[in-house]
Amino acid sequence: MSSEPLLSLQNLSAHYVSQQGTRVVRAVDEVTLSLRAGETLGIVGESGSGKSTLALTIMRLLPTAARIVSGRMMFEGENLLDKSDAEMREVRGKRIAMILQDPMASLNPLFSIGNQVGEPLRVHDGASRASAWERAVGLLKSVRIASPETRVAQFPHEMSGGMRQRIVGAIGISCGPRLLIADEPTTSLDLTIQAQYLNLLRELQRAHGLALIFITHNLGIVAKMCDRLAVMYAGRIVEQGPVSRLFSAPAHPYTKALLGSIPSMADSRERLTAIDGQPPDLASLPAGCAFAPRCPEAFARCHAEAPPEIPVGDGCTARCWLATPHGRAKPTMTRSDMGSDVGSDVA
Amino acid sequence: MTVTTPPIAATSAAAAAPVAFWRLKGFPLIPVLILLFIALVAIFADALAPYDPQIGSLARRFRPPAWQEGGSMAHLLGTDHVGRDVLSRLIFGARVSMVVGITAVLVAGGIGTVLGIVSGYLGGWVDQVVMRVTDTWLALPALTFAIFLAAIVGPSELNIIVILGLVYWTRYARVIRGEVLSLKQREFVRLAVVAGCSKSLIMRRHILPNVINSAVVLATLMLGVVIVTEASLSFLGVGVPPPKPAWGLMMADGKKGLMVGYWWLTVFPGLCIMLMVLSANLLGDWLRVKLDPQLRQL
Amino acid sequence: MRQYILRRVGYSLLSLFLLSLTIFLFVRVTGDPVSLLVEPGASPEDIENMHRQLGLDRPLWEQYGQFMASLATGDLGQSFYYRTPVMDLYFQRLPHSLLLAAVAMALSLLIGIPSGILAAVRVDGFWDSAGKIFALLGLSLPSFWVGLVLILFFSVYLGWLPSSGSGGVSHLLMPAFTLGWYFAAAHMRLTRSSMLEVLGSEYIKLARLKGLPEAWVIGKHAFKNALIPVITLAGINLVVMINVAVVVETVFAWPGIGRLLFEGISFRDFPVVQGVVVIGGAMIILVNLLVDILYALIDPRIRLES
Repeated sequence: MSSEPLLSLQNLSAHYVSQQGTRVVRAVDEVTLSLRAGETLGIVGESGSGKSTLALTIMRLLPTAARIVSGRMMFEGENLLDKSDAEMREVRGKRIAMILQDPMASLNPLFSIGNQVGEPLRVHDGASRASAWERAVGLLKSVRIASPETRVAQFPHEMSGGMRQRIVGAIGISCGPRLLIADEPTTSLDLTIQAQYLNLLRELQRAHGLALIFITHNLGIVAKMCDRLAVMYAGRIVEQGPVSRLFSAPAHPYTKALLGSIPSMADSRERLTAIDGQPPDLASLPAGCAFAPRCPEAFARCHAEAPPEIPVGDGCTARCWLATPHGRAKPTMTRSDMGSDVGSDVA
Repeated sequence: MTVTTPPIAATSAAAAAPVAFWRLKGFPLIPVLILLFIALVAIFADALAPYDPQIGSLARRFRPPAWQEGGSMAHLLGTDHVGRDVLSRLIFGARVSMVVGITAVLVAGGIGTVLGIVSGYLGGWVDQVVMRVTDTWLALPALTFAIFLAAIVGPSELNIIVILGLVYWTRYARVIRGEVLSLKQREFVRLAVVAGCSKSLIMRRHILPNVINSAVVLATLMLGVVIVTEASLSFLGVGVPPPKPAWGLMMADGKKGLMVGYWWLTVFPGLCIMLMVLSANLLGDWLRVKLDPQLRQL
Repeated sequence: MRQYILRRVGYSLLSLFLLSLTIFLFVRVTGDPVSLLVEPGASPEDIENMHRQLGLDRPLWEQYGQFMASLATGDLGQSFYYRTPVMDLYFQRLPHSLLLAAVAMALSLLIGIPSGILAAVRVDGFWDSAGKIFALLGLSLPSFWVGLVLILFFSVYLGWLPSSGSGGVSHLLMPAFTLGWYFAAAHMRLTRSSMLEVLGSEYIKLARLKGLPEAWVIGKHAFKNALIPVITLAGINLVVMINVAVVVETVFAWPGIGRLLFEGISFRDFPVVQGVVVIGGAMIILVNLLVDILYALIDPRIRLES
């Protein structure tokens, strides 16, 4: 593996502009992150924080109301923003693949499994209908679906939720992408299925050398699956770095709040902690740091000036004025303290 | 960090606050002006029409409009097969269309809204009965049903209004009932129930004001349909009876002269119908979008 | 699924019952049934006979029973004008109406579906606006006006097409277009909204994420799904068309059911009017039932539901 990152986003911004041009929603704001081949990056945030929009931005499949306004997206050395629509279509599915949250909704109810799994093969590899069908059977096998020969001719509604999500996974890896983006793939699965599915993803990743971007709001999954983590708030990355470091010594108050809000059996406090207030309206963000209104550690400068990403050591950055020499984060929890709220063990 | 809870909003039902709607974006100015114009023409028909619409002289039959050969300024839009002035008949026809259209819509709306509220709120067998009848009556095309009723009771302006009301109330009832069903679950209704209000009070004070919006939108959309149906009925001879001038009737008469090219008897009344219906539809569409996004599936 | 079908059949039977009840009540209660059902110019004895025949002195429910009994045997009375049973008349004219409706339906789908798809794919674009105007005109212009204007142009001025009667293709064109016009607008609207809904769904998103060419996304994935409600509506509309064709058939003197109805009201031939309405209503109820059942058989999702 080369030392060049596989994917590198630099100051990427994507805004939704209302028809009259009056309301601008900064859904993705100055995002900078990078990913190496074979690495797993977790992206965490509340709903509305911009994580799904970020994923769609990378795939350049934003709805017409949205626009990428600045930045670069380097994938395998090429700027994805320079590509034409036709070139982008070749990237999608073949070099970067994406899995969506709801597997039932992701599959077309009127076409067979084999048809839908074989589609990318027919488009990107020029496979014939027959050979795409055969390869589909093989793909179903690789995602651990029993009796794939019968399943391949069936329809989505005949499958269970867990199976459907595996099928979607099969579609994702069908053309051998280098990067797989998974947008909350386990959110609609039962808890017991979740663990199996995550196991599967790990295996696939190892077998195919995939880089994985895992979008979730579940920090437990992040702990088990991810090497690095980026925390998003109001469209911006507020903290990113290796998972172990972020969990043991978070620098940003928001990250601390997220980690602190996870209930654990060892906790003797009686009340659940929540974060005060509501996420901001992305169309009218405050002048200073977006989290300042809710931040328990905010001071004057936070409300006045939005902080840049400040390196805090160990390959981490935090978008917080506390990270300057005047305020340093104290260690709170260690990684082993993380509750095992994700079924059985994931090595 | 403390846990905060949002305050429970205990509001009572209130219809949308009145707003200077003519300044709203996308306001269909022209359709509204057209409708107002037609209404004014209808009201002041006696003063506006140059001739009596029901009297004609056979010596002047089938005169073409003023700009064609054989026409004269005396009859701007020509005369019909018994020599009556077309323009005057169009003007008085506006009155018929307006009166029949608006009244029928009000009748249908009144019945439909009341039944919709009652059926939706009370539920149970009342709901079942009303719904079954609605489904059945909706299965019959409006025109067929209207023709059937007109054949039984005979045509007259009043009868037509009643018939149209009977034919179209079902559309109201369906929609209003749907609204009421979802309103029933809302906070303020439940509060009223808990407070011990009687059912009729709730229906009157809380439910009714909230469905008025939909009723108004539906009324505007229905106006166009009702007018076309009335024109169709008149065209077939079971609508407003002659010699009263109805646009549909004029077109039926006009058919007689069509084959020899007397086009003005057909085209002008049709244009009037089209203008009125088009305006009503445009207004209704705009209202639907403005007043309640939920109604967009109508 | 068995339950679903049984339930639907039950509803339809109930609807048929209510339909017959409605017609019965309206005739007997609001109108003067004797004058309606007796030929014009009948003698006092005939009137008395009819009185007895209808059983007007018997309780209402007995009359209804009699009415239903004759309906069940297909006896809808006899036309005054034609002196033949209404039932026979109806089925004599039906093929003509079916032909007209079929052609009109084909036209309406040929125009409506592609324009609806185009409008949805190019939302808020030129085609969408054009489509909206077309829809508006289609739904606002009374069909008989369209028909009459067409006659004016193509028969009177240009002399290309015959203005009335049935016979060859040239006779069929204008009436079919006039009848299909309104429905083309309705189908276009439904196709457009259905397509828009489908285009917003997750599987379309995934199809794009797979890197499928846009033609595949629209033509393969979106098309089939979007068409389902349209075809359903079209099926029902076919029968509706037959019933609302009264105006078009009158304008073009097309010898179908619609014209029969017109003759019925023109000649005060009430048995014909009643018969057409009864059969028409029953047909629509039955078609709705059929479509629902077919739907249950085809759409695999409904099969598993109940």
